[in-house]
Amino acid sequence: MVTVLGWLAALAIVVGLATGFGMAPREVTQGNVQRIMYLHVPAVWVAYLAFTVGFVASVVYLARRREAADRLAHAACEVGTVFLGVNIATGAIWGKPTWGTWWTWDARLTSVAVVFVMFLAYLLLRQAVEDRERGARYAAVLAIVAALNIPLVHFSVYWWRTLHQPPSLLKPGASAMPPIILAALLVNFGALAILGAYFIARRARVLAGEAEAMA
Amino acid sequence: MSYARRALIVAWKDLVVERRSKETLNALLFFSLALLFVFQFTLGPDRERLAAVLPGVLWLGFILSGVLGLGRTFLVERDNDCWEALLLAPGDKSAVYVGKLAASLALMLVVEAIVLALFTLFFNVDLWPVLPGLALVIVLGTLGIAAVGALFAAMTAQVRTRELLFPVLLLPVLVPVLLGTVKATEALLLREPLTSVAHWWQLLVAADVVYVVVGLLTFDVILEG
Repeated sequence: MVTVLGWLAALAIVVGLATGFGMAPREVTQGNVQRIMYLHVPAVWVAYLAFTVGFVASVVYLARRREAADRLAHAACEVGTVFLGVNIATGAIWGKPTWGTWWTWDARLTSVAVVFVMFLAYLLLRQAVEDRERGARYAAVLAIVAALNIPLVHFSVYWWRTLHQPPSLLKPGASAMPPIILAALLVNFGALAILGAYFIARRARVLAGEAEAMA
Repeated sequence: MSYARRALIVAWKDLVVERRSKETLNALLFFSLALLFVFQFTLGPDRERLAAVLPGVLWLGFILSGVLGLGRTFLVERDNDCWEALLLAPGDKSAVYVGKLAASLALMLVVEAIVLALFTLFFNVDLWPVLPGLALVIVLGTLGIAAVGALFAAMTAQVRTRELLFPVLLLPVLVPVLLGTVKATEALLLREPLTSVAHWWQLLVAADVVYVVVGLLTFDVILEG
């Protein structure tokens, strides 16, 4: 089942690359560098999806105390952090030629960076607590605090400063994006979502093996 | 025994221990004083520059002394099996959280009041006209810091790398509180009307509500052992 998901992810990535490079047209002002968007934007969506899964799994773990829920929460938060890292790295690479700088303390960059550091701290806590069951409980509480904190971080940092172009997709009214570019973006989002699901399933299985070996 | 009474007993116990030993309070006051010197040396004597960064520096002082003080919230329970005694306390465990939160909040507010007085003295700023507004910002901000801090202090009390882990968990979560308090303080010091920073007040209140509610709901999970 997990292996099938893996092959599906590989196939979807190939299709995503083909649409991103082959089907989607070259952007007029930015040129080919704009194509990094097909990785940059889906990566952050997948990361937030993974954090949502991690949040729900943490709540379920605290309510039911099933170890599978804990492993899912751990795997989802870890994979989410990786995708958020990809988003930040590709953002920097995209920012250099278009904005002229790798990093700027703009609202959305900052809020994503804060969320990234929160979940790095989550992974640190996972490592620091030696007792497995206690670590699972603490991590679940931290995941809940961090997930509920995300809207607060976004609002506060947005009010603090903004210079980023407004989001072009998830806003009221018609989408400003040409349909062909939107299609390529959604195809790549689907591909990365399948890849993320595969990583999470794979990581949860490794964690189950670890727990078995320790017992 | 009622819920409020159980919470009150925990808070009272912590405050009595602190009043008799003065362990945390004394150290925090000296630490804050040392911070004032460090700020002065790193920022230099330029009055205008100092005025521009004052809100940030003030909250940096509060946050740093808060990190040191709050990290110790549950250390007193580690001796003489007091942790087990907390576990054996009757009724809803969130009463223990309320008590711990109240005691830490009281301690932090005392330290902050003294730091604020030292600030006006050493940096020669006149805070009297804005004091009511400033007090409200400080209470709202400190409540948020203490609510997350008490929760995370309970989490890290049993961990070997406690002193390192506690600030690493706490600081990123507190970014919204820090932005809200610094911006509101800045507006107060510039004598802007409170309504111009209404969104920051709302954010601080929202953050306090979220943190306290999560603390109440999850505290028994942490106390388990």
